[in-house]
Amino acid sequence: MEPNIRKDTQPAFSMRGITKIFGAVVANEAVDFEVLPGEIHALLGENGSGKSTLMNVLSGIYRPDEGQIEVNGEIKDFRSPGDAIDSGIGMIHQHFKLAEAMTATDNIVAGMKKPPKNSIKKDDVLRANILRYASRSPSKTHPKINEFSSRFGIEFDPSIPASQLSVSQKQSVEIIKVLLRGANILILDEPTAVLTPQEAKKLFTVLRKMASQGCAIVFISHKLNEIMTLCDRVTVLRKGKSIETCNVSDIDAYDLVEKMVGRKINLSINKPDPDPKKQVCLEVKGLTYSDSKAVPKLDNLSFTTHYGEILGVAGLAGGGQKELCESIAGIIRPQQGEIMVDEERITGLSPRDITQKGVAMCFIPEDRLGMGLVASMGIDENILLKEYALTKGPLIRMKDVETKAEKIIKELDIKTPGLKHPVRMLSGGNIQKVILGREIHLNPKLMIAAYAVRGLDIHSSYTIYNLLNEQKQKNVSVLYIGEDLDVLIDLCDRIMVLCQGKNMGIVDSSATTKEEIGQMMSGTTLEELRRGVSYV
Amino acid sequence: MIGDFFSATGSLLSIVFSASFIASAIAFSVVMLFGTVGELITERAGHLNLGVEGMMLLGASMGYFAAVRSSSLFLAILFACVGAGFGALLYAILTVTLRVNQNVAGLALSIFGAGLANSLGSKVSNTSTPDNIAKIFKLKPFSLSSPSGPFLTFINKAFLSHNIYVYVAVLVAVVATVFLFKTRAGLELRLTGENTAAADASGIKVTRIKYFYIILGGMLCGIGGLYLPLVQQGSWTSNMTAGQGWLVVALVIFVRWHPIKAIAGAYVFGSLTILGFSVQLNERLSSIPIFNQYIMSMFPYLLTVVVLIAFSFRKKAWPGPKEIGRPYFREER
Repeated sequence: MEPNIRKDTQPAFSMRGITKIFGAVVANEAVDFEVLPGEIHALLGENGSGKSTLMNVLSGIYRPDEGQIEVNGEIKDFRSPGDAIDSGIGMIHQHFKLAEAMTATDNIVAGMKKPPKNSIKKDDVLRANILRYASRSPSKTHPKINEFSSRFGIEFDPSIPASQLSVSQKQSVEIIKVLLRGANILILDEPTAVLTPQEAKKLFTVLRKMASQGCAIVFISHKLNEIMTLCDRVTVLRKGKSIETCNVSDIDAYDLVEKMVGRKINLSINKPDPDPKKQVCLEVKGLTYSDSKAVPKLDNLSFTTHYGEILGVAGLAGGGQKELCESIAGIIRPQQGEIMVDEERITGLSPRDITQKGVAMCFIPEDRLGMGLVASMGIDENILLKEYALTKGPLIRMKDVETKAEKIIKELDIKTPGLKHPVRMLSGGNIQKVILGREIHLNPKLMIAAYAVRGLDIHSSYTIYNLLNEQKQKNVSVLYIGEDLDVLIDLCDRIMVLCQGKNMGIVDSSATTKEEIGQMMSGTTLEELRRGVSYV
Repeated sequence: MIGDFFSATGSLLSIVFSASFIASAIAFSVVMLFGTVGELITERAGHLNLGVEGMMLLGASMGYFAAVRSSSLFLAILFACVGAGFGALLYAILTVTLRVNQNVAGLALSIFGAGLANSLGSKVSNTSTPDNIAKIFKLKPFSLSSPSGPFLTFINKAFLSHNIYVYVAVLVAVVATVFLFKTRAGLELRLTGENTAAADASGIKVTRIKYFYIILGGMLCGIGGLYLPLVQQGSWTSNMTAGQGWLVVALVIFVRWHPIKAIAGAYVFGSLTILGFSVQLNERLSSIPIFNQYIMSMFPYLLTVVVLIAFSFRKKAWPGPKEIGRPYFREER
């Protein structure tokens, strides 16, 4: 597609010399960034490279310490997000900013400003109409919101509470929310992280439509293939600095990674062959679990894992992955079903007994520190958390633990000033290595790695993949719960797809595609797919 | 034995459904109704203000002081608002701007407010409400002059023979309901309490909103407190709210952050408060140990405990505004 941008046009906005400092951390250092109207501009960088900070500055959430922002040629000083909205800037945050208990309409109209009186512009009339009835009789606004959304090919039911919307619908609500406020500069912070490939494609169509209507779109991502297919230009950030801006058509993915990371990186995962004996390690039969609100989370789930193999689990956020891990580890009690390790029943045992049966779990929650580690303790004491149960007598032998901690630090190349240094002061990648290292050192039979690379940069992610592959070669059975479908296909031997707690089928990773997995994630079973039925 | 039980229940019911009991229960619920609506508005902005007791006393003492010194009803209400609003302002500075723990700030306000109010109130403790103001509240604007038939007589006595303060309290609850659920400003307030970051990102001025409604809520508590010395008792006594400010905090949960339900909620608590007095006047009942005066006066607080326990079981149904207790800092990473 030919980008419909003209080089001579005035930029929709330009940021010059933006510096933002948090305490001792320089998140942005003299960053320059500008986007033209009608352009989809990628902002690429690793985690912690300052992409979100820069966009939070543009949307008025952070105030820059230095630098200036121009919108349509006017210098602006945003004191609040409201000021940025007034200048036509709308941001779709990675973690949606919606009140779950309120309807989509309420979320959309709250805080909307009245358009100028007697304006005859089509959009202003529509806005005035929506606002007039927004709080008195919301049902009258629903068709108006639908009418507006359909212009961009977006569909959702404005009358239901946000909590009942799917992730992609929530994103649609966010997009409509900013568009109805008259945004013509749209910032999307990692919008595809939570979507299936099909939903992502739909979003791309919507974004292209908006760009063709003159919107300037900033697309934050670290997925190279998306940038290559969707965007016109790309600006690369590294360690808080802007490195380069170039046309996407003039560059390939490898160059981009090099610019983003600062050196060449081999992007292929070295996949050893699985153990051909296919000995069963974990067997799950008919697992069913509903949470305290009686919402079903696992639905008659059955599968087996083999020694010397990585079984991947794919699914949308909240598809039952967390509950599956917690059932196996003994944290929650499923209402029905059996879990066996080496043909021995472990359902009903305490988490500690299950650990002693050789099951190790490293679960990285969204906030990364919430589970598995005590943030204010050092590496040694965090290792002790699992270790102490196995030692004899009432006293702890700190010496042994310290030796072990040092070994883990060395083997996994964890960067820390010392083993007593509180883990919360470490970087995300190092924290995750601590959890993984601790679990590996228990010499488990079954290793559950849930979201092990969540929030990690490319380099650290590959270190973790290699560690998991090492485990596989040591004949450990690995259950890998992941988000990135490309990685799942490259890393795992087989992939099980969950949808609303149901097993949609297990595919061989060498004989599947992202699209196939994506369709299963949204509710088509493997059987139906192979028969040629598709609901997407 | 069973006969005793029935006759006791019978006399209890005849008390509870008598026009005079209903009338005095309504009169006794005024303070809590104002307080509940005020606290409810504060909590809808995401702030739990435990300083209701302090703000009620501040409003009562300042307002009553102004009433005694100026004999002006307008100044009395104005100063009740100023006193309680000042307490709420302190709370807002602490919790909104300085992001102090809301429970601690609220408790501090309660103690501080009571102390300040009692020392100010002691200056007017030997005086009674000025005649011109007392006269206003002796009027019963909606009372029927000659009700015909037993039904109208009952309605007249129970519901229509109140002073203007009572009807204003009900009106405030109704207006607050319409405001919360039928206006855009109310929507903005609710969004702020549900998800401050979302409200902020939607262009709502959240700091302004929080300050405004915390202070407004405090003022309503103050007006509620003023009812005690100015109308109900006609004179000042130290700590005269006697824990009603604490009942209000439970009442807000009891009515599920809904002002129209606060009318019924406050009535239930008001009737429990005076049930003790009424039972004492009944010879049959006052001889039964459970209706002992001291046990009866425990009832509202007992109900509070029950409400809180019941709520903790049903918390998942709707736990109230999500932001309660969470300080908001826009630049948080």
